[in-house]
Amino acid sequence: MSQISRRKLITTGLAATAGVSGLAVAAKLAGRFGLIPPDAGVLYGAGETLTYAAQRLLTRHSLAREFAPSQVSKVPFANAVAPPSPEFQRLQQGAFADWRLAVDGMAARPASFSLAEIKGFPTRTEITMIQCEEGWSYIAEWKGVPLSHILDLVGAAPQVRYVVYRSIQTDWWESIDMADALHPQTLVTHGMNGDELPVPFGGPLRLRVPRQLGYKSVKYITRLTLTDSLKGFGKGLGSAAPEGGYAWYAGI
Amino acid sequence: MRILRRGRPRIQCPTGTPWYILQMADSLVGQTFVATAADTTLPPRHSAVVRVTHWLITLSFLALLLTGVEILISHPRFYWGETGNAGTRPLFTVPIPASRGTVPTGYGYVLPDQNGWSRYLHFQSAWLAVFTGLLYLSYGFFKGHFRRNLVPARSDLSARGLLSVIAGHLRFKPPSEQEAWSYNVLQRLTYLLVVFVLFPFVIWTGLAMSPAVVSAIPALVNVLGGQQSARTLHLFASGFLVLFLLVHVLMVWFAGFRNRVRAMITGRPATPMERA
Repeated sequence: MSQISRRKLITTGLAATAGVSGLAVAAKLAGRFGLIPPDAGVLYGAGETLTYAAQRLLTRHSLAREFAPSQVSKVPFANAVAPPSPEFQRLQQGAFADWRLAVDGMAARPASFSLAEIKGFPTRTEITMIQCEEGWSYIAEWKGVPLSHILDLVGAAPQVRYVVYRSIQTDWWESIDMADALHPQTLVTHGMNGDELPVPFGGPLRLRVPRQLGYKSVKYITRLTLTDSLKGFGKGLGSAAPEGGYAWYAGI
Repeated sequence: MRILRRGRPRIQCPTGTPWYILQMADSLVGQTFVATAADTTLPPRHSAVVRVTHWLITLSFLALLLTGVEILISHPRFYWGETGNAGTRPLFTVPIPASRGTVPTGYGYVLPDQNGWSRYLHFQSAWLAVFTGLLYLSYGFFKGHFRRNLVPARSDLSARGLLSVIAGHLRFKPPSEQEAWSYNVLQRLTYLLVVFVLFPFVIWTGLAMSPAVVSAIPALVNVLGGQQSARTLHLFASGFLVLFLLVHVLMVWFAGFRNRVRAMITGRPATPMERA
């Protein structure tokens, strides 16, 4: 057996100490710059943190690919949703005239907007792809109000770090960080392919987050909450996705 | 100094003498020597970095494969171009049942959904593979591993030389003792293909499926012909890696499974003297 020399012992010790303190500093910096996802503590949180941090450093301001009108899918796929709640059915019978989007949390002027009010806000139209984590996809033209416009209207506090959004379907809620919430392509969507947003595709209101996979684009949204911490929401993992075993961040 | 001893005569060899020289000396003297001190003075067959990265890549690849299959099952249809879904015509369909009821497969049942943990573990394993790969690549370039052990000698690349090695493989000729200590030309070319073509390509096609990554680097997906093309190519690249894995294990089996695996764990194959 080779003997462990003093030099080797000291070098190894120094390297280990440097490694551990390097990791600690990296973790602290990552937390400070918002590079730690809320589900970092789950079983595969290490890989998830690397993915989220790397993608945030790479993509903070990048724009999702947009396509030509000729590339819009002839056959978009709506995917299955849970049967509509009685409340949804009642609103649907009234042509969604009574649909409202409440905005609360850390806002100077919390508000509740009617569908008509939202449709009167400045709109953006974009042709982007929606990809499901299962592997399928389609391209559509989406029309809606940039989420950043609504955050401006309610006077979002500077310390807001996440926007939590909920569907009228119970137990369906998600959240995004400010890089996505203030992103110009993130839309409170009410139109698709030149028409109203059809119910199977999330009408009357769907939050489209085109830089993430489809499950972050929650259908039938009724409420936005601005917050600086996700601890008080559900199990504190950020959204319903990690509670069901899926990653909170869905950029890949 | 390295001392070989079995009674008399006594031969002294300089440290680092290759084993086959020792064996020649051995046969000259007409004695079977037992190497003392368990050969620890010989350089290992595989360096520590190669051994550690080999098993880390093995671990991450098996996890990537298992979770990749689970993810595939949720939509076993493949397309070409930018988009594709259950309502469009596939390029081809993997004839297996799916874990989602919305996919037409022809099977009357739906498998359980495993995508949550599979996707988490797939990306965690991908990170392990990337870090291990970077360690291996920097070692390979800076310490001359690629130049010394993987780049074939020009003389071995002649048509005749290649054909004779291929013919040997086709006749299932067991490898010579020298091949326990050096890769043959087919091995070298295959490993270079896996390290410098297949692994980079499978990582590239994986990243090309990410809506966030391609928002920053659209060329990643555009040059592949679209996001669904990237997904299809990711499947093909994985298929070639699985083919490599199967042939690799089969070859190790033919060459002597225990001895070759031992060399990749401890660094030392059993010497011919030990096996005698």
